Amino acid sequence: MNQGIDLQGSFIRAMVDLGFSPGVAKTLWLPLPMGVILVAATVSIFVTVWLERKISAAAQQRIGPEYAGPLGTLQAAADGIKLIFKEDITPAKADPWLFTLGPAIVVIPVFLSFLIVPFGQNMVITDIGVGIFLWIALSSIAPIGLLMAGYSSNNKYSLLGGLRAAAQSISYEIPMALAVLAVVLMSNSLSTIDIVNQQSGYGILGWNIWRQPAGFLIFWIAALAECERLPFDLPEAEEELVAGYQTEYTGMKFGLFYVGSYVNLVLSALIVSILYLGGWEFPVSVTWISGLLGISETTPWLQVITAAIGIMMTVFKAYALVFIAILLRWTVPRVRIDQLLDFGWKFLLPVSLVNLLLTAALKLTFPVAFGG
Amino acid sequence: MVMKAAADKNSILAPGEMLQSPAAPPSVTHDLSENVILTTVDDLYNWCRLSSLFPMLYGTACCFIEFAALIGSRFDFDRFGLLPRASPRQADLIITAGTVTMKMAPALVRLYEQMADPKYVIAMGACTITGGMFSMDSPSAVRGVDKLIPVDVYIPGCPPRPEAIIDAIIKLRKKVATESMQDRAYTMQTHRFYQRAHKLKPVPPILTGKYLQMGTHSSPPKELMESMGMPVPSALAEKTAHEETN
Repeated sequence: MNQGIDLQGSFIRAMVDLGFSPGVAKTLWLPLPMGVILVAATVSIFVTVWLERKISAAAQQRIGPEYAGPLGTLQAAADGIKLIFKEDITPAKADPWLFTLGPAIVVIPVFLSFLIVPFGQNMVITDIGVGIFLWIALSSIAPIGLLMAGYSSNNKYSLLGGLRAAAQSISYEIPMALAVLAVVLMSNSLSTIDIVNQQSGYGILGWNIWRQPAGFLIFWIAALAECERLPFDLPEAEEELVAGYQTEYTGMKFGLFYVGSYVNLVLSALIVSILYLGGWEFPVSVTWISGLLGISETTPWLQVITAAIGIMMTVFKAYALVFIAILLRWTVPRVRIDQLLDFGWKFLLPVSLVNLLLTAALKLTFPVAFGG
Repeated sequence: MVMKAAADKNSILAPGEMLQSPAAPPSVTHDLSENVILTTVDDLYNWCRLSSLFPMLYGTACCFIEFAALIGSRFDFDRFGLLPRASPRQADLIITAGTVTMKMAPALVRLYEQMADPKYVIAMGACTITGGMFSMDSPSAVRGVDKLIPVDVYIPGCPPRPEAIIDAIIKLRKKVATESMQDRAYTMQTHRFYQRAHKLKPVPPILTGKYLQMGTHSSPPKELMESMGMPVPSALAEKTAHEETN
């Protein structure tokens, strides 16, 4: 197996050579990947908001943001800075503690989930054994924040929006977890690195989407519902609920919900690309090409190229999915709340259970193809 | 905009009196912000606010049809970074599209109070400037929305075309561009409506399905059944007889 580039190892070795103890070197290393990922996640908001507004404009034959920076690229920055400086209103009869805590509880788990997103063999903050399970656990914290925000606002629309958001998140978490379980069954590991490695070696043919087509669709639908994207944006349905649980929020507290929803979309797209689209794998196996050309896998320049391709492929796959999500949002109508819950409990849940059982049966029958 | 009375003796104002709506922005902090590095911060701050003026989805009459055309693909105000918001808490700008009646007036003031500072008002159409064609004999139209809330830009027309709204938005952007961060203390709203707690109490469900199971829904009326030659259920006949005696 190609171990790829190991930045952490190289950094610690260099620091030890400079005279630091290994413990100090490790401590110096730790904040670096975290900072890089935080900055990358924040930049992804700007990119996604710009894409959203430009693609929505294209879908409606409009131009979209035009004057804020070249092609409107600075639109999200202008919105963000404006929101920071806007007056922060807490409604007089609202519960100030819950009102302030709500947006934070929604946003923090989303950023925390980037801990387990790998961009390469060693390009991950921490490769913990429970990897993908940690993400599922963290994503179920968000509904508590939404419920807090809706309940503390002292507004009927907020309360309805918060209840809808909680009901929706809880309903769609179960099919999503079952779809993940089917993938985990094949890779024999919860670690995101192992899940990608299990798909590698055969290029595009080895990706999980061919072994788990139903699981891929279930996961994508459930992920859209978790992100509250159209066709499942009932918690914020403007025509019914003003702005749902965000109704009473101004300034940066509203901005936090905005940030949370877009980072969550990017995160979901990254997780889909890791679970089903081979993560950092190039459509043609790089190992196979280097073998064909007779270049050793441990050649330094090849390792750098492989790492660069890995990061680019992960981000590219994620943004292809973000593009599909945006296009879906601006082309499909919203479902009703009863249709949403019916679909979640009466259709997605049985289908994902059958998918799980089928995967288990196939694993026993064809252990070669389904990770025996 | 409010300005402290100048200390010189030629002033028409009494000492300590505030001048309302001066022709120029206050010059007290002006020199400081012109000459010190703050000017760049001001520029950035103003640019951010003028680039993302979120208008509120508010419309009371025919002017909103023109405003709605502005949202659509032909005129597209998203080019200026305007993103319509349904909640006043997240809006920076209210375009009063349409006649405001006495009944709507408290609601409009309340919506304005609920918006977070800094906030702007564009009065759109003749009705919101003077009452328009309702200014002569209407018992209910408010004669100009500036009697209720402070207006930044007026758009004449009945109704104004979407291009006129774009012009107003550009004028408002120019106005925002000349503001200073230090004037915020003057322009911030201090007194707002209080909010009362919702008295939420459970009510029995109304959609129980019993309405359709009522006797009158399961069988036709007695007279109709008799005339059709259908047997009248004894319960129905007794019930009608009982009702007749009452």
